[in-house]
Amino acid sequence: MADYKLLGKNYRTPDLYAKVTGRSKYAEDHRAEGMVFAKLLVSPMPHARVRSADTSAAEALPGVLGVLTPDDLPDEVEAPNEAALTWEPKYEGEPIIAVAAVNEQIASDAIELINLDLEPLPFVLDPLESLRPDSPNARTDGNTTVGREIATIKWSASDLAGLASGEIPMEAEAAAEWSYGDLEAGFAEADVIVEEHSYNQSTSHQPLESRTTMAYWEGGKLYVYPSVQSTARSVGPMARWAGIEPSNVVLINEFTGGGFGGKISGYVHAQIPILLSKKISRPVMMRISRREENAIGRARPGVQARIRLGMRSDGRITALDVHGVGEQGPYGRSGDNMNVAGIGSLCYQPLACRMRGTNVYTNTPPKGPQRAPGGVQSNTMLEPIIQKAAKQLGLDQVEVHKINAPEGQAKFGAPGRDGEQGNVSSAFAREAIDKGAELFNWTERKARSGQRNGSKVTGIGMSLAAYSAGASGVDGLFVLRPDGRLYIQSGVGNLGTGSTFDTMRTAAEGLDMPWDKCEVAWGDSSKHLPWSCSQGGSSTTHAHTRANWAAVEDAVQKIKEIAAGDLGGEADDYEIGGERVYRSGNRSQGLSFARVAQRAIDLGGKFDGHELPEDINGMTTASATALAGQGLMGVAKDNYAEGGRRMSFVAGYAEVEVDIETGNIRLVDYAAGSDAGTILHPKTYGAQIFGGAIQGFSVALSSKWVYDRRWGLAVAKRFYSNRPPGILDVPHEQPMKWANADLPDPFNPLGAKGIGEAAQGAGSASVASAIADALESLGEGNGDFHRTPVTRDMILTKLEQAPIGHDRLTAHV
Amino acid sequence: MSQEIIEVTEETAQQGVSRRNFIKGAIAASAAVSSTNYLFRSNGGTVLAQTPAAGAVERLITVNVNGRSRRIEVPPMETVATTLRYKLGLTGTKIGCDRAECGACTVLVDGVPHYGCSLLTHSVRGREVTTIEGLEAEDGTLHPMQQAVLEEQGFQCAFCMSGFIMNSVALLNDNQSPTRKQAAEWLSGNLCRCADYDKILTSVMRAAEITRGA
Repeated sequence: MADYKLLGKNYRTPDLYAKVTGRSKYAEDHRAEGMVFAKLLVSPMPHARVRSADTSAAEALPGVLGVLTPDDLPDEVEAPNEAALTWEPKYEGEPIIAVAAVNEQIASDAIELINLDLEPLPFVLDPLESLRPDSPNARTDGNTTVGREIATIKWSASDLAGLASGEIPMEAEAAAEWSYGDLEAGFAEADVIVEEHSYNQSTSHQPLESRTTMAYWEGGKLYVYPSVQSTARSVGPMARWAGIEPSNVVLINEFTGGGFGGKISGYVHAQIPILLSKKISRPVMMRISRREENAIGRARPGVQARIRLGMRSDGRITALDVHGVGEQGPYGRSGDNMNVAGIGSLCYQPLACRMRGTNVYTNTPPKGPQRAPGGVQSNTMLEPIIQKAAKQLGLDQVEVHKINAPEGQAKFGAPGRDGEQGNVSSAFAREAIDKGAELFNWTERKARSGQRNGSKVTGIGMSLAAYSAGASGVDGLFVLRPDGRLYIQSGVGNLGTGSTFDTMRTAAEGLDMPWDKCEVAWGDSSKHLPWSCSQGGSSTTHAHTRANWAAVEDAVQKIKEIAAGDLGGEADDYEIGGERVYRSGNRSQGLSFARVAQRAIDLGGKFDGHELPEDINGMTTASATALAGQGLMGVAKDNYAEGGRRMSFVAGYAEVEVDIETGNIRLVDYAAGSDAGTILHPKTYGAQIFGGAIQGFSVALSSKWVYDRRWGLAVAKRFYSNRPPGILDVPHEQPMKWANADLPDPFNPLGAKGIGEAAQGAGSASVASAIADALESLGEGNGDFHRTPVTRDMILTKLEQAPIGHDRLTAHV
Repeated sequence: MSQEIIEVTEETAQQGVSRRNFIKGAIAASAAVSSTNYLFRSNGGTVLAQTPAAGAVERLITVNVNGRSRRIEVPPMETVATTLRYKLGLTGTKIGCDRAECGACTVLVDGVPHYGCSLLTHSVRGREVTTIEGLEAEDGTLHPMQQAVLEEQGFQCAFCMSGFIMNSVALLNDNQSPTRKQAAEWLSGNLCRCADYDKILTSVMRAAEITRGA
């Protein structure tokens, strides 16, 4: 690893002091003069048409300032996208009408006075149900999308003939399909073929801060205080929802209380306080309750799949065939189900692979990207199958993963139009597996598999997970001012992952500036921020090290040119260091950065931002123009070579203890080895490894939605019934361990990649694998769950060999 | 659930969904159209100056908040979290679930941690309430737990942070040498959705060290 002064070192992020003292302001902490409150009338049914709505009594209630109905929305949204309010709610809890009043009590009283006449419409909760002949569709215009078009797919009776209930016909019609290699040959070559049905439940995002939003208008400008995962990328959507130009939006969101993919560039429901505040000329705060968040906040699509995997006696995976059905909720589009083989083809490099799938609309809350979309489902569903094949061949799970692991610029996924698969920028998956195995002490631990301690059985499992780890093509922007300080602009957003600030240290590193002389501006679009990636998809670390490095190169060249102009010689005769530019070999002949900044202002033009590169984003141009004349400006678009899709890898290792009397699963230990290139900040890196893993533990152990099937209503809609892991649910007696391969990504000037996504699949899949390992030791087939989360009742039912009461793939039970 | 809200017609009744059955089903599934969860009934407050809600009886009470005696008008059903956030401007206390499930609103009452969302302000009359804003000394010295979080880069989004910190302060008042296991058990009523539990526990251990050293 290169020897950096700042990168790779722990430090305190500049947002932390405000947080520990309670000064940090999240959306609901903002106040505005005359602020009033909005409450929502939401659908009590999973699918209905509003025949009439009488709001007159509500509007007449003293203290009520106005209502917003679907008729007040400017444009009808294009299907299958959702509107902020609708006359045809397609899931329980979907907002229909909003009321603004001087306080929430009056707003709620007013909502009770609205007379709503609803016509119930047919609904469907389980994607497989909607694919059966003569079944209902969640949308009146179809049950899926084929390409960009909304369509209806129904399997025929002959597709299903001969199959038991709850099985997926491998060759039945699918909305999408891709393949590479010779699948038949792959299976012919295999010494073991494992075929299973598997179900990965939909899980809600549940950030601790809901999508509360406050908005007001002043002087033709919209001031909006949302809870989003990007400052730069949320301005455009807010402008669209407000019906104004982005330049008239001021978006303030310095602290976001979690997102996990559910708040990436805003959310359509922000339109409600935006339009209500315009309508009534008062600031409007729309607080979103936990129950509302459970409905309008996003969720990870559930995936039901039939999976066939072939493995040769040497452990090589020869073929992978997947038919995956996704659950979308009623709106939007997701590709999570297609990612089962997409990510599978990366992690396990099968010689031949086919992915067929249909993403089905359901009358459950809308689904969207959640931390490693489709990747978590892929790893969690495939790992127990790989483990089973390895066991049947008498092979070690770690060795099997090393045999199949991607390396270098490995290819993966669906072939493109040219028939060629895409590739990753770098893969050091084997090194990640080795790092984790060493930390976890895999070989010795493995011997504990099946060990009994009273009613408790030990299980040991592992997994290799991968997911996207970086965007590219965004802009870097900073100004070195005559006060000798560096002012770095970040439009990323701030979820507290650290990357907002960690990546800004790239600028300080490149200019050899002490960090205590750097200021970061973030979280407020009026602070002249550059075009940035969203803080989602583990994009930031890679994208903004690149962008800031490009700006560093721009600034260093300008600094040297100023020195050459003032002191003679060529720019190349100079170097920088210690907050100075000086002639190579003669440190005394030079200028301080403070002096350089002043000279940049004197010279103007490109030096102080009066002339800007043509290829930067319009948002960056506007911000740089506003900052021009303040000092020496570094500004550039990231045009570095991409080399492929940035993907990071995490190998997760878990030990569990399953109590066969109570069905309780205790997670004893977890360790992870990773490949995410250069680490910028070890403490925030570790937080991603473990935070991701623990969110994965809830996929494997606790988070699910349960529905009343007759009425289509959710019964698990709060933390206690759809529970994220608590502190006692995770290994806590000793700190958990991680280690990184520390091999730089060759397509990032600093070698950095993101880590948050892959961390989650490693957690869920290794725990699912460890549970299967524990139970398999009690008898063949006992570990065959192929359904997550694995709950106590499932374990006891399995061990008792009792009927489970539903089909193997039934959703939401 | 308000009866005006659903009107079931002939057609829907024929589909087997009668109004009576639908409502029964909805109740069974604990669904409700009402928005009256997670609301606060702020009125006449000093921060928002809202008009009083009909029927609410305000009473002027005294609560000691962060060492200062505060006279506030509070209706009977107002919670401590609401009073702090909307009457006293102390927004460091967060509301994550409003139903005693997540602990984000944890404050100390006479040194004992309580969920501020589930404690009526009238019940803390004359008692001492401490919030995250009250931990810092007048000279800006931070509480060891705040200092430890800064040192360990504890928490991620930090929406749960003030609740965890307040509960940890109570722990350290009770036990200056907790083990990680004891700390985890003490903090088990607080949820961190970013799941930064590892660094949270490390911060508590560090805070205990600072406390013992002081």
